[in-house]
Amino acid sequence: MSRAVAPWSIEAAQRVLAQVDEPGPVLVALQSLQSQFGYVHADAVALVAERLNVSRADVYGVLTFYSDLRTTPAAEVEVRICLGEACQAVGARALLADAREQLAPDDDVSRVFCMGNCALGPTAVVNGRLLGRASVASVRAAVDGRPT
Amino acid sequence: MTRIFVPADSAARSVGADEVVAALAALLPDATIVRNGSRGLLWLEPLVEIETADGRIAYGPIQPADVPGLARALGGDGSHPRRLGSIDDHPWLASQERLTFARVGVIDPLDRDDFTAHGGLAGLRASLGMDGGEVVAAVTASGLRGRGGAGFPAGLKWDTVRKAEGPRKFVCVNADEGDSGTFADRMLMEGDPFTLLEGMTIAGLAVGAAEGLVYVRSEYPDAIATLQRAIDIARDAGWLGADVLGSGRPFDVMVRVGAGSYVCGEETAMLESLEGKRGVVRAKPPLPAISGLFGLPTLISNVLTIAAVPFVLERGPEAYAAFGTGRSLGTQVFQLGGNVRQGGIVETGFGITLADLVHGYGAGTLSGRPVRAVQVGGPLGSYLPADALDVPMDYEALAAAGGMLGHGGVVVFDDTVDMAEQARFAMEFCAEESCGKCTPCRIGSTRGVEVIDRILAGDHPEANRILLIDLCEVMRDGSLCAMGGLTPQPVLSAIERFGEDFDRSGHDDR
Ligand SMILES: Cc1cc2nc3c(=O)[nH]c(=O)nc-3n(C[C@H](O)[C@H](O)[C@H](O)COP(=O)(O)O)c2cc1C
Ligand code: SF4
Ligand code: FES
Repeated sequence: MSRAVAPWSIEAAQRVLAQVDEPGPVLVALQSLQSQFGYVHADAVALVAERLNVSRADVYGVLTFYSDLRTTPAAEVEVRICLGEACQAVGARALLADAREQLAPDDDVSRVFCMGNCALGPTAVVNGRLLGRASVASVRAAVDGRPT
Repeated sequence: MTRIFVPADSAARSVGADEVVAALAALLPDATIVRNGSRGLLWLEPLVEIETADGRIAYGPIQPADVPGLARALGGDGSHPRRLGSIDDHPWLASQERLTFARVGVIDPLDRDDFTAHGGLAGLRASLGMDGGEVVAAVTASGLRGRGGAGFPAGLKWDTVRKAEGPRKFVCVNADEGDSGTFADRMLMEGDPFTLLEGMTIAGLAVGAAEGLVYVRSEYPDAIATLQRAIDIARDAGWLGADVLGSGRPFDVMVRVGAGSYVCGEETAMLESLEGKRGVVRAKPPLPAISGLFGLPTLISNVLTIAAVPFVLERGPEAYAAFGTGRSLGTQVFQLGGNVRQGGIVETGFGITLADLVHGYGAGTLSGRPVRAVQVGGPLGSYLPADALDVPMDYEALAAAGGMLGHGGVVVFDDTVDMAEQARFAMEFCAEESCGKCTPCRIGSTRGVEVIDRILAGDHPEANRILLIDLCEVMRDGSLCAMGGLTPQPVLSAIERFGEDFDRSGHDDR
């Protein structure tokens, strides 16, 4: 991830959770933890359950339902290739296959479904940055932090 | 001081708008650069507009490397190979009927004076002089129907929420915009967020809700940021808060962010998600209008539905209903995407044909190859063959042609598309995004992928084709929501209208 994240610790997590005061808090709590630490640590399930007075199963259920929430730290480089139909229509499947083959093995290349950029596909997201009319070359340039 | 407009819309940014701004700022330090929304002529992004005595003159697409030449042109007579002339006279735009998108691309999205100078708040001010019942009656008379997919009459829903009893009520705007091929909610939130807030406030005051929530998908970070800033500005201005425009009546808005789940666009799954739970669909009844968020009466509407409301209140329901046709009144914000030469936003009255959108506005495929299929209405919509595009785009006509308007997305494919792959993808998508509550959707979608794989492998293709059709019927009839219920649409339309793609035997004789 390009965004700086804080190292996980129980104390830091408790400080994050103390800030959560919205209705329907379990998802918001997990999202807040992820934005602070980059992922939701396994120990966070019990913390969230205790703080919000719900069962661990409830927290675990929410954690595993949403594809944004992750339980392990993110890779250094995150590449998302859109496989929505509009991007498929302009070669997204081939782009995904080529990106998987040509980028470094440690780079995390995965698919997403629609980034709302359907008139300028294929669409990729490289470390949070949206690329329209993407190619393996432009994805690679974005990975390297060069102009695309 | 020259004013130059370069969109901050995320589609424009995805093709280099920020880099163009940096280059312009370096070469023209005295110019004021305004980051507007996008006009929706997305194939021309980054589109640069220069304010002149003759109106706003557009140049596009402009890449950073074009900026030195553009700067020279601006110092001279303005001629440049990418000069498009006055943007307001551009035929693609001038022929549209922009009501909901009237200000998008025109104003600075977060400049409240720009917003009011272009007619912003007129609808809300008009509604403050009416009682709630009159406001609801105006929405009903306008013929406005839900733009999120189902096309349910908006006025009827407002009326139900208004009459429902509850200690608190909510207005929840559905900005999950999960349908592939759709981006109008995003462009409105990025390009004219105050219009959404204005529409929500009108709705809240009319139905008796003081709290509004906007559920925005996490894939839209720019829209989330813009909306959040717009809310802060609107609070400072007294447009939101305890005393809306000095009326003595409260309404406020909060943004909630999704977490990567398509089914959370379904309204009851959205409510579960807003309550912080897994996005599992609820059985209806009870209707959310009566028992919605935290069991309280809740008005759930799509972004475009709510954003159409200020016009209705400002100009009157007849002015809105003068657009469109039959039972599909007003304008629809169509979104042209996929393999199309001129993709973007086409807002026009219902009734335009699909052919006019694809071949007229769209100018055919990006690849230059023949159009083969068009998917209308998102991933749950049917595929229509190239010879069936004469259908008028209204809810009823499209349904009669076996299609669905959905959220207004139009995705074009050329003749290289493999429709069996598209059918397989529809099942795969359903398997990935199913909430898991009912068996036909949860299990059927996975079985569907397997059956299609067998057909394509030549394993009893005819028997498996019949099995697939049977499975589609079970999903359609036995699913709780449209996720499982409509996934058969793209699958069956592919089988029925592009059957040859399912025959992998290498010869045409099946
Ligand atoms: C699987 C599924 C996904 C949906 N996704 C969305 C969506 O992203 N945005 C939306 O406004 N409506 C979506 N809907 C429709 C909503 O359930 C609901 O009808 C709509 O938000 C109501 O607002 P409207 O009356 O203004 O259209 C979806 C429905 C289903 C079944
Ligand atoms: S049809 Fe699918 S998404 Fe809808 S309720 Fe059933 S399992 Fe959930
Ligand atoms: S389908 Fe890829 S951005 Fe919408």
